[in-house]
Amino acid sequence: MKSLRYLARNPVSLFGIVILLAFVLIAVFAPILAPTQSFQLSPYDTPRAGFLATPQPPSPEAIFGTTQGQYDIFYGVVWGTRTAFKIGLGVVAISVLIGTVVGAVAAYYGGLAEEILMRIVDVFMAVPFLIAAMVLTALLGKGIVPITIALTTFGWMSYARIVRSEILRIREMDYIHAARSYGASDLRLIVLHILPNAMFPVLVLATMATGSMVLSASALSFLGVGTEEGYADWGQFIAYSRNWIVGQPGNPFQFWYTLAFPGAAVFLFVLSWNLVGDALRDMLDPRHSH
Amino acid sequence: MLNYALRRLMMLPIVLFALSLMIFALQMSLSPTQRLAAYAPSPDYLKGGQESIRRMIEQYGLNDPFYIQYGRWIGGILSGNLGWSETARQPVSTALMSLFPATLELVVLAFVPCLLLAVFLGSRAGIHLNRWPDHVIRIFTILGWSFPVYVFGLLMLLIFYSALDWFPPGRLSQWAQTVVSSSDFVRYTGANTIDALLDGNLAIFGDALRHLAAPVITLTYVNVASMTRVMRTSMLETLRQDYVRTARAKGLPRRVVELRHARRNALLPVATIAGMELAVMMGGVVITETIFDYTGLGQFAAKTAANLDFPAVLGFGLYFAVVLVLMNLLVDLIYPLLDPRVKTQ
Repeated sequence: MKSLRYLARNPVSLFGIVILLAFVLIAVFAPILAPTQSFQLSPYDTPRAGFLATPQPPSPEAIFGTTQGQYDIFYGVVWGTRTAFKIGLGVVAISVLIGTVVGAVAAYYGGLAEEILMRIVDVFMAVPFLIAAMVLTALLGKGIVPITIALTTFGWMSYARIVRSEILRIREMDYIHAARSYGASDLRLIVLHILPNAMFPVLVLATMATGSMVLSASALSFLGVGTEEGYADWGQFIAYSRNWIVGQPGNPFQFWYTLAFPGAAVFLFVLSWNLVGDALRDMLDPRHSH
Repeated sequence: MLNYALRRLMMLPIVLFALSLMIFALQMSLSPTQRLAAYAPSPDYLKGGQESIRRMIEQYGLNDPFYIQYGRWIGGILSGNLGWSETARQPVSTALMSLFPATLELVVLAFVPCLLLAVFLGSRAGIHLNRWPDHVIRIFTILGWSFPVYVFGLLMLLIFYSALDWFPPGRLSQWAQTVVSSSDFVRYTGANTIDALLDGNLAIFGDALRHLAAPVITLTYVNVASMTRVMRTSMLETLRQDYVRTARAKGLPRRVVELRHARRNALLPVATIAGMELAVMMGGVVITETIFDYTGLGQFAAKTAANLDFPAVLGFGLYFAVVLVLMNLLVDLIYPLLDPRVKTQ
């Protein structure tokens, strides 16, 4: 009820939820919006309308136009939504899992185990994220599985830090002392009483990270180590537009569609996750209640 | 305080050691034949057939146990030899050193307006909580935060290069490059704008600025959001403090209370995040530099990572870790100067 009232007062947050729902619908109904053709090996291989090098403007056949090499931009944007959800949710879910386990173990055992685990976190934090992810993806090969592995490997640390500090904070609260006096075991305390309450900040962070992980994944594709040629992935399509920023003399915006559609897709996707995350944070932050 | 600084610095070798181990492990996941390519002076070397490849693997000890190879490799690095970068066709240290001033120039030029803008916008938003300045600033920062750097950068190129031809990509125009590489132009620092001013060459200075403008605007816009957000939250918190209420009750003008009393203290958390942000920018302008073809560390790092040029990747990783640790230390050392309460704890 309180959250509904918050949304009513913050149309911007509501807007974020609406875009996010729209993306969910696009992802679910991708086969209807952009039907696959019989010759495709996988629905993620964007069909091409020929092999012409120059991008073609929007037309009845390709309503968003085509890229260099004639990949259909509309098809790429629609199926790219599924790619984005897969990578974003996949990376964040695995990272939260790893981070929670590491953070909980560190806080639970303390001492040497905590020291070692948190130093490992420090080391991973000192790694340049995008470059490290690029190296790992380049080693593992192209595709969304290598991307997910690479982004997870270098992206789980902040969850471990938050979970650890939340557990340390909550452990000292009265209701925990009360539960302990009833004779609850440490494991029971951690899993049933502490972790559920420690998960709110994790939830906020995870929501925001979903958008930024999709950004990073697209950046990998943009920098040339992400998905295979022609894979329905927004970063890939933006990378195609890079050679076509400058139009012919007298027509500077000639190839606008190559950037505009996939660019808008990534932008709106990340925006919606950030708005939702922002709203969650405000709702959970007592400073904003006035 | 000195004790504390020393303890923090002690972390540095540990981080560097772990980092080198990590990168070496990644490198070792390649087969000996693949790793051999890094040692071959030219592709012809590898054409000698299986026999010569086996001999070379033997010669460089690429089949030795992990710790022996690591020891050999780290020994070379400790003696100051970071190795040869295939991508730059230069020793790694030479490449990093020649590119560092370019990145530093770009980052400093973007960071200063970013910080000022964040402080200004964040305090405005905090003062006018839930009123229209807050909403406008929130939308502006959330848009900037959600804008993929590469989309914003390409948009800048589309408008300011393709359409208006104001801000071309690269670091200098062709003619300026000729002047700068001639012997009349003294390279004091390697940063184009500073060198041009020291040489008294305003034409070069202008050209360098023209090339810096688009990446600087891009970096500023995409980085201003998080700092603004912290400034806003911190301002909100400060405005609720008793001393602010006292100042108001005394009848001080609103502006004096808000800007002099509250804003100064609200700056503290921003110092922490700004230090982090600066460190990340020093190592993370990968995409911006790539888009604007700005030959700096970020662009170099991206190329080496895609080519699996391990000596260069390691060199860049070590550089980044040092920057990060030193920057965090710097923030910790500056903090007590800004907030005397910290020292007493």
